[in-house]
Amino acid sequence: MAQGRFGIYGGQYVPETLMRAVTLLSGEYDKWRKDETFAGEYARLLEQYAGRPSLLYYAEKMTNDLGGAKIYLKREDLNHTGSHKINNVLGQALLAKKMGKTRLIAETGAGQHGVAAATAAALMGMECVVFMGKEDMERQALNVYRMKLLGAEVRCVTSGTATLKDAVNATMREWASRVDDTHYCLGSCMGPHPFPTIVRDFQSVIGAEIKRQVFAAEGGLPRAVIACVGGGSNAIGSFHEFIGDPDVELIGCEAAGRGVDTGEHAATITKGSVGVFHGMKSYFCVDGHGQISPVYSISAGLDYPGIGPEHAYLFAGGRARYVPVTDAQAVDAFEYLSVTEGIIPAIESAHAVAYAMTYAPALPRGDVLVVTLSGRGDKDVAAMAKYRGVALDE
Amino acid sequence: MNRISAAFRGKKAFIPFITGGDPDIDTTRELLLALCDAGADAIEIGIPFSDPIAEGPVIEAASARALRAGCTLNKLLALAESVRADVNPDVPILFMTYYNPVFHFGAEAFASRCARAGVDGLIVPDLPFEERDELLPPCQTHGVELISLIAPTSRERIERIARASGGFLYCVSSLGVTGERAVLGESARHMTAAVRRVCDIPCAVGFGISTPEQAAAICAFADGVIVGSAIVRIIAEHGRGSAEHVARYAREMKQAVTQSGRDGFA
Repeated sequence: MAQGRFGIYGGQYVPETLMRAVTLLSGEYDKWRKDETFAGEYARLLEQYAGRPSLLYYAEKMTNDLGGAKIYLKREDLNHTGSHKINNVLGQALLAKKMGKTRLIAETGAGQHGVAAATAAALMGMECVVFMGKEDMERQALNVYRMKLLGAEVRCVTSGTATLKDAVNATMREWASRVDDTHYCLGSCMGPHPFPTIVRDFQSVIGAEIKRQVFAAEGGLPRAVIACVGGGSNAIGSFHEFIGDPDVELIGCEAAGRGVDTGEHAATITKGSVGVFHGMKSYFCVDGHGQISPVYSISAGLDYPGIGPEHAYLFAGGRARYVPVTDAQAVDAFEYLSVTEGIIPAIESAHAVAYAMTYAPALPRGDVLVVTLSGRGDKDVAAMAKYRGVALDE
Repeated sequence: MNRISAAFRGKKAFIPFITGGDPDIDTTRELLLALCDAGADAIEIGIPFSDPIAEGPVIEAASARALRAGCTLNKLLALAESVRADVNPDVPILFMTYYNPVFHFGAEAFASRCARAGVDGLIVPDLPFEERDELLPPCQTHGVELISLIAPTSRERIERIARASGGFLYCVSSLGVTGERAVLGESARHMTAAVRRVCDIPCAVGFGISTPEQAAAICAFADGVIVGSAIVRIIAEHGRGSAEHVARYAREMKQAVTQSGRDGFA
């Protein structure tokens, strides 16, 4: 059996053409992760370029309004490029440099990872090609232009459903055809080993900071950590530090789209089953014949039919739970946080805010909830207006 | 001797690929019969998958057409079973499938069903050598060959894979995805030589082969060629009436392959 398992989940289910690439990457990562120079360079980039640590903000108005647990927001939206994605791309771009690669390729859904990858490539003087579904390019036109501004080439993916999963397919194909000078800078804790581990490690700074910051503010551990889950990188980054603290609830919020019983959702754990796709064994939304189902969410970043294998493992072992949040709930939360705290969250992150809004009132006042705001919502403003039937002129 | 070994015995093998259920199951049946008639030494049937990550645009589009037309794994198993009764019983039938449909069918149930349908071998592009233990034992139990792939990037892996594999080795001629290529690199020649140094398992080369000249050149050093996109393109063009066009092309390719074997080819 190949390496890189979380229980039965994970693995390296990739074409033979890519086996050498993932094996070499695995070996190089094992070497560099223990290297003090590498760790120092990465820490410096996080601090001086990404702007870490990110704030842990006590949402006092929201807390008083909901009347239950104290709500803290982990402000990944304040990072450079506006989301948690920068944590991962800086690490991977640095790793790629050390491996002698000159070119980064990446998939993107909402465009946040694409923007982050293009940013890291610009910073490190690397070539960058971002693959993006046609549908997502239309939903996130501003991010497409942003990537081009950063010097990246954006390739339009029209196959399949023309969304995130198809962008992943296209990027894997590109990597299979050009592995010598190219690093696939995968954006979530998914795909073949070692990606789920690499991305988890680079994102786990989120949870490590949360633990320190909550302890400083409250003198103890939080009752729960809540994050949205598509592939699940901001969630695994938020959760990882707390896996060994059984009293801390770990809650992932998946996109229920128009409702988990409508067939138009991306609620992988709630409605999916165990399968093998995109290099990993995990949970996926499939039809009765093992075909990957088209999924739907108002949020391009959560519009993915699978979930990272470590989440599958945390779910199967009962360590984390995963709850569905609909488009309507997420949009309400998007507006609620904007008007209550003056913070416009990414529509992805609004899924986590929405669950916190239902969960906090059910908890005693002394409890502490941490909600990871994975990104900022500027990119979603036009779509939210459209959702509410408001026509915006440029 | 099983059908796959016999297909390579004393001759070079021409192995055409078609996507099952493209444009529909009845046409797939006609195509199978036409290919047998044209002298195919084995036939590879692609099980359509929603997300065929190792395929180029031609086969990906065929896969989407087949799924839209309602093709399923069960229908293709039933087709293979009924065709096995009609065609030259010496022609091996190979299924090329991504792993997820097999995983959902159940590895044991699938291997057993393939054996009953007369399917001789399986090619599972996203189940590399290191992960094959999930499917290999049931395949061995039921006498279905699990075909290993090697690629230009396999290098030091080739020896290990070649030694532990049965049937034949699917040698991926070049990096990237399936699809016709104007120029084929030297990689396949080097891979075949590397295999020869450790064992005598037949090597069939696929990815990028579309002309009789290319097939003949490959067969100068390899034991066979696998031809996919070029045939699938003909099917895309002619749809339900494609059998005669495919048969004509297949005869040319078969002739080139046979000729190269006979001449020892220079």
